[in-house]
Amino acid sequence: MARFAPGDKVTVAARYPTGPRHIRTPYYIRGKTGAVERICGEYKNPEQLAFGDYDANAFPLYRVRFDQAHVWPDYDGPAADKVDVEIFEHWLEPAEGGN
Amino acid sequence: MPHSHDHDDGPDDGHDDDTGHSHGHGHDHDHDHTPIQADEPTGHYHNLADAARELLIEKGYFDGSDVREMIERIDSRTPAIGASIVAKAWTDPSFKERLLTNGKKTLKDEMDIDVVVADLVVVENTEDVHNVVVCTLCSCYPVFVLGRPPDWYKSREYRSRVVRHPRQVLHEFGTEIGDDREVRVHDSTADMRYMVLPKRPAGTDGWSEEQLAGVIGRDSMIGVAEVELPN
Repeated sequence: MARFAPGDKVTVAARYPTGPRHIRTPYYIRGKTGAVERICGEYKNPEQLAFGDYDANAFPLYRVRFDQAHVWPDYDGPAADKVDVEIFEHWLEPAEGGN
Repeated sequence: MPHSHDHDDGPDDGHDDDTGHSHGHGHDHDHDHTPIQADEPTGHYHNLADAARELLIEKGYFDGSDVREMIERIDSRTPAIGASIVAKAWTDPSFKERLLTNGKKTLKDEMDIDVVVADLVVVENTEDVHNVVVCTLCSCYPVFVLGRPPDWYKSREYRSRVVRHPRQVLHEFGTEIGDDREVRVHDSTADMRYMVLPKRPAGTDGWSEEQLAGVIGRDSMIGVAEVELPN
């Protein structure tokens, strides 16, 4: 069951684990807030799969849309420009200020 | 297809040994002669991939001909497949809607094209939006509709810069997007793959799907170019 719905404002966890890891949440998007564009379905957690755990838990995967001007404070393009990123649910929290 | 976490959707063979350089003569001559061999020592990841493949073959998971067949199958995919999808979408609005809503099922049901990953997300360029695709983490690419990715797509330079300065990178490709159009970057970070549905160029009214497909190039389906008619 997906925790978020399209349009929900979400913030990517600002977690920076170290040590052996395989994380598919890009560094540049951690801590940023965007809106759910769509739910892609449920997929096995790559952080477990990468270490051979093929019974990994499946989590909802979202496409989240961010304003470029928010992602890069010195972004030099129009305010309407966006970046869409696929992010697993366990990296997302409701954005402050509510959904 | 064995499960793999390869986001390139196929073996990245890493090989580059076809130098197109061949000598038919012997080696008993006296001028300087570069021996025919690998240009550079193989790197860590190349060696690791070779060792893993040899081990898997030795353990009987697959054999050399399976590897060869997979490479052959990947090489049989070309941007012509993507072009045929775009041409159909340009000429059949209801197909386009289904393609944009459910890429994998629509391609299987209506064009018998296998989307071998979780899903293909087709993103449409309009008067208001220009889309461009990247994989900042590795080199995810819709090989099953566009063939193997160009080298620049896998370069650190493209991957790091197109998400940070997309308009500058598009400019370097000769593609100018006006400030009245949103540039939307798609970072393929997980299980989806992406293809851009470019804008149909003016002056193509009444063209057949085959004629249209003939002007649709690979780069327009990655989003670093728009479709232009030859002069």
